[in-house]
Amino acid sequence: MTEAPAKIAIRGLQKSFGRKHVLRGLDLDVPAGSSVVVIGGSGTGKSVLLKCILGILQADQGSIRVDGSEVVGASGRDLEGIRHKFGMLFQGGALFDSLPVWENVTFGVRARQRIGRDEARRIAVENLGKVGLAADVADLMPAELSGGMQKRVGLARAVALEPEILFFDEPTTGLDPIMADVINDLIRSLTRAMGATALSITHDMASVRKIADYVAMLYEGRVIWYGRVEDLDRSGNDFVDQFIHGRAEGPITVGTR
Amino acid sequence: MNPLRRIGAGLLDFCQQIGSIATFALVSIGRGLAGPWYPAQILRQMIDIGYYSLPVVGLTAIFTGMVLALQSYTGFARFEAESAVATIVVVSLTRELGPVLAGLMVAGRVGAAMAAELGTMRVTEQIDALTTLSTDPHRYLIFPRLLGGTLMLPLLVLVADIIGVFGGFVVGTSKLGFSPYTYIDQTLQYLETQDVVVGLVKAAVFGFIVTLMGCWNGYQSRGGAQGVGAATTRAVVTASIMILVFDYILTEIFFSR
Ligand SMILES: Nc1ncnc2c1ncn2[C@@H]1O[C@H](COP(=O)(O)OP(=O)(O)OP(=O)(O)O)[C@@H](O)[C@H]1O
Ligand SMILES: [Mg+2]
Repeated sequence: MTEAPAKIAIRGLQKSFGRKHVLRGLDLDVPAGSSVVVIGGSGTGKSVLLKCILGILQADQGSIRVDGSEVVGASGRDLEGIRHKFGMLFQGGALFDSLPVWENVTFGVRARQRIGRDEARRIAVENLGKVGLAADVADLMPAELSGGMQKRVGLARAVALEPEILFFDEPTTGLDPIMADVINDLIRSLTRAMGATALSITHDMASVRKIADYVAMLYEGRVIWYGRVEDLDRSGNDFVDQFIHGRAEGPITVGTR
Repeated sequence: MNPLRRIGAGLLDFCQQIGSIATFALVSIGRGLAGPWYPAQILRQMIDIGYYSLPVVGLTAIFTGMVLALQSYTGFARFEAESAVATIVVVSLTRELGPVLAGLMVAGRVGAAMAAELGTMRVTEQIDALTTLSTDPHRYLIFPRLLGGTLMLPLLVLVADIIGVFGGFVVGTSKLGFSPYTYIDQTLQYLETQDVVVGLVKAAVFGFIVTLMGCWNGYQSRGGAQGVGAATTRAVVTASIMILVFDYILTEIFFSR
């Protein structure tokens, strides 16, 4: 599909929960060093897709290769190795609410190597700085933060590991437009600075245009359109047109299931 | 629908549940023992389960001891066997009431809290986040709780036994006309090591059951606040029933020993 070698190559991915077929043979390539954004309606399995790639959910069928290593059916130890390449910002932030911000940010770093508290704090403050948060946030508890700040702390936690691949699950949902733009800028600059490959999910078209190199549209468990973000407006695909213009009428029907 | 079929389906479901609970327990113990260990987590759980349950368990024990003394006196006075009161109090407490009542109280206090905490962590994706931060939730969350419960409940029960006997002693000496010396003498005279050991073994099993049900129900919870509430209820109810069932099984195993 693209020139750069695929960092993540997904073929024929299927995942069901009981009788509900969420992913039904999904193909997707994420070229190394680029930013791919997945769009699609609520409940079409975008979060499930990310969790399958991370091996948090076990795919039913198909293949997911990360740098050539197969995730589907991998053993616990192999999975741990593969997961070292990833950092993820969860949809709701998913900060550990029993730990202060600085311990949240350095949690992954401390799980991978033994470092002292002072060193950990220094790393936390440094990464908080990258997302535009002051050092005094480090000692707050997650419950004391606003939604936007929680997203930023989640972002700091994801980038603290300096991963090769970053996942962002709806990074701007629930934020005011200005904060959303700040987060978009952060995502763009952080991934650029680290040379990371990014896979994001969003409903927010402004965000898509800002952070995407490539866009994949998910519908009924498959990728029905994939292309460069510049081609989004002339995709010639009715589903994509309906989605990006947010129209109620069109080939996508809501509420029939 | 065919009633037989419904019973069959229910039975299959039940067996499947048992299987998945057993797998869950084995995986957690296996991975937990293999390390890395989280001493801070283990310590936190031990304090939470052992120390903070002391008031509840102590209060239960002292009133149980007092009631036992009164009731057994009423009964034994009918055939002039009042001198058996001290023995009855200590044997019923150590073999039976200490572990069962402590188990039930801890199920209400600790099991419920664990289910709520882990359930919240599950629905807010904190458990998934742990996985992406190179930390195995079984090692970090489940194993410390199972270990804490299994180690601390016997200690709690030991304390409860002593407090309960003291409750019996207070009633015996102040209301039933025992002299302090005879009461203590009769308490110790017929008490065998076996009685205490059986009680402590029961306590360890109950501690495991309570924490396992708390962890499992919390870990499996789905669907927001309501799901967490349901998981909490289920944790307490299943743990309480299992305590009573296993109490019988263990009593039968140790019968006449
Ligand atoms: N662990 C699970 N068990 C059962 N069903 C699940 C599970 N996770 C997701 N689902 C189902 O899979 C479907 C897709 O869920 P998913 O969270 O991927 O949606 P999404 O595309 O991320 O939607 P949104 O944009 O609203 O976040 C949903 O219908 C959901 O009910
Ligand atoms: Mg989602």
